Amino acid sequence: MKKLSSKQLLSGLAALATGTALMMGSPVLADKASNTLNVAFAAEPEPLDTYKIAGRQGLILARHIYDGLLYKNLDTGEIVPALAESWEFTGPLTMEFTLRQGVKFHNGADFTADDVVTTLNTVITPEYGTRYSISVDWIESVEKLDDYKVRINMSKPFAGAVEMLADALPMYPHAFFSENGSAGMAATPIGTGPYKLVSQEAGIRYDMELFEGHYEGSPKGGATIDKIVVRTMPEMNTQFAELMSGDLDWIWRIPPDQASRLEGRVQIVSAPIMRIGYVGFAPEALAGDSPVADKRVRQALIHATNRGAIVDAFAGGASKVLNTPCNPAQFGCEQDVAKYEYSPEKARALLAEAGYADGFELEMVFAAMPRPTAEAVAADLAKVGVTLVLNEQQYSAGIGKWRAKELPAFFSNWGSYGIGDTAFILSNFFGGGADDLVQDTDLAKWLGEADTASDRDVRAENYSMAVKKIADEAYWMPMYNFNVNYGLSSELNFTPHPDEFARWWMASWK
Amino acid sequence: MIPFISKRLFVALCVCLTVSALSFALMFLSGDPAIAIAGSGGRAEDAEAIRIAYGFDRPIVVQYFDWVGSALVGNLGQSIYFNVPVTEIIGNRVGVTLTLGFISFFVALVVAIPLGIAAALRPNGWIDRIALVIAVSGQAIPSFWLGLMSIVVFGVWYGWVPISGAASWQGYILPVIVLSYYAVPELMRITRSGMIEVLGTDYIRAAKAKGLPMRLVISRHALRNAVLPLVSLAAVQLGQLLSGSIVIESVFALNGLGRLAWESLLRSDLPVVQAIILILALLYVLLTTLADILNAVLDPRLRGAS
Repeated sequence: MKKLSSKQLLSGLAALATGTALMMGSPVLADKASNTLNVAFAAEPEPLDTYKIAGRQGLILARHIYDGLLYKNLDTGEIVPALAESWEFTGPLTMEFTLRQGVKFHNGADFTADDVVTTLNTVITPEYGTRYSISVDWIESVEKLDDYKVRINMSKPFAGAVEMLADALPMYPHAFFSENGSAGMAATPIGTGPYKLVSQEAGIRYDMELFEGHYEGSPKGGATIDKIVVRTMPEMNTQFAELMSGDLDWIWRIPPDQASRLEGRVQIVSAPIMRIGYVGFAPEALAGDSPVADKRVRQALIHATNRGAIVDAFAGGASKVLNTPCNPAQFGCEQDVAKYEYSPEKARALLAEAGYADGFELEMVFAAMPRPTAEAVAADLAKVGVTLVLNEQQYSAGIGKWRAKELPAFFSNWGSYGIGDTAFILSNFFGGGADDLVQDTDLAKWLGEADTASDRDVRAENYSMAVKKIADEAYWMPMYNFNVNYGLSSELNFTPHPDEFARWWMASWK
Repeated sequence: MIPFISKRLFVALCVCLTVSALSFALMFLSGDPAIAIAGSGGRAEDAEAIRIAYGFDRPIVVQYFDWVGSALVGNLGQSIYFNVPVTEIIGNRVGVTLTLGFISFFVALVVAIPLGIAAALRPNGWIDRIALVIAVSGQAIPSFWLGLMSIVVFGVWYGWVPISGAASWQGYILPVIVLSYYAVPELMRITRSGMIEVLGTDYIRAAKAKGLPMRLVISRHALRNAVLPLVSLAAVQLGQLLSGSIVIESVFALNGLGRLAWESLLRSDLPVVQAIILILALLYVLLTTLADILNAVLDPRLRGAS
């Protein structure tokens, strides 16, 4: 008898448990009365120094506590003033910011140029260990011009600079930060944001309260919920039980099959996000001696995979099949590209043409993707004679193998840091760096141009050429854009955003 | 007795060293920790910076002995994920695990031993049948399922107990019941079989024949002999309750050591994983050593045998 893995058992029985619960049900009571939003995450938030956080959980909390110089209104795509009242490029590599006056930190300190200078000049040093170097490595130095004016000197042209300053690089109070450093900020987060942290058990529970002194004219203003309590609850089924009993008002990342079961009992909202799933082919891997080094083989593999059926079966919700190695919602993600419809016949013809009429064996590692999707790809490819050797690994192990050029195909996903700009996905995989196993000089050139030009048209044009070539050459098999299912109290108004940053300051009770 | 104990302690030390070396090696086998720490959006450059910052670029043997050296002087290092000393994190979480483990152990003993004795006194009687049903179902039902079902029934439908968390003592009721339920069958079965065996011996017949009340026959003559295998098993069970409550901790959202170990493993937080493994290995060794000593106290024959 085939032994069930504990995970299979777990999900099966958990589904049964939830199913039973759903049949019997219970009235849902939101915590509207105490005006407290009760939230659960399955994963533990990291310490609340934004510059060192990788996971969304910690970043969401941090964005409620801290503010950046700018803010991006995702509904209009506009960059709007936040802690900076106005800004301008005073040269190709210099930006000047006029800061807002009268802004207070949670500890009562005034926000001034010193805070900007100290914060940014500290986090750009290599010793500080900012988690994503891409977020700060474009800053050379920051100068104070007067109490409410600063200049950022850039170390290189970087088209994502403004995006980064829009809430991704928060400002810390300079006196507290220089005295207590990263660990101090994490232990006692002090920002200017709409909520202040009143207590935390790191990784377990966070209590936030509306900050009465949040500055006038803030793009994060207008919050109406008094308190937010965030707890870590690793087991989704426990979250469902608490949501149905009214002890929780907000949960997310509900698997599609569970979401459809919960529908009707609680409010389920599905929203598309920046993250996309893809199969990367590595012509450079195995010293170029693998079938995927041949363009026709790569095209055949895409033709052979019934991506539409896979998306419908396993992703559901707001997910769609993609033809581009970027999210259509991202700036520069050209959609007028070569498309490879599902056609096993075309796949077989292309394979025969490439000299693989009898098929071949190919290793594919998948990481952070549901196993059924990988197995579905393998089953489709088997129909055209390609035997996919599937290997599930942790993302770190998989990408390590990819970087070591030992892997011809890697099935995973990329979130672009939630940013709606093609710069945050293509350059990493096609710009000539360690993750680029295509090493196409045209692509590296166009992407270099697009990532650094300040003219949007020049950028769009170069990205367009790159995206078209990647599709023509079939370097990637783009799979689908992810979606997130949110489970909400039926009395809660909450609008999800594609960058996966929950904005609870915009939430309200019905 | 002294050579017996010192020999035990030496074996204990060897076990701890072997366990820590193995776990250290396994962590590196499961992928590059630097890439894991850099996260899913980390570029090669980020991983490289982390590799150097945390010294992962050094040979693994050097890293291991570096760790052993610090651990020996009581320094278990800093958590990479939380950026605070490992002892602080473990200190914050160990209470939940100890509370849960010891209460469950106590409950399991209180249920299992009397039930086992009662079952042994009337083999195949109705108490024995009920005990068998409890034993079989206890071993057959997966703990997370029982946990979830108890949440649904007592937390959601009736609302008698909190669904999750350890904010109040009521939060421990369901987890303790579910966890102890899994320790009961083995403890009960071994009490039963030990008692049946002992009750059939000549000295018990002699004790009965000289007119001792049954209560004294059981407590003074039968139980003391039947309890020896129970002590050894109980030590292992307590170890399992303390180290293996990860599923229960997850289901009931209790933030104990088991869950911390699991989460730390996923995010390659090496210092935390190493420290927890070391503590659990020490705990097991300590418990089994205690059980051996206790058995030697209970049964003089064992003292010479070692």
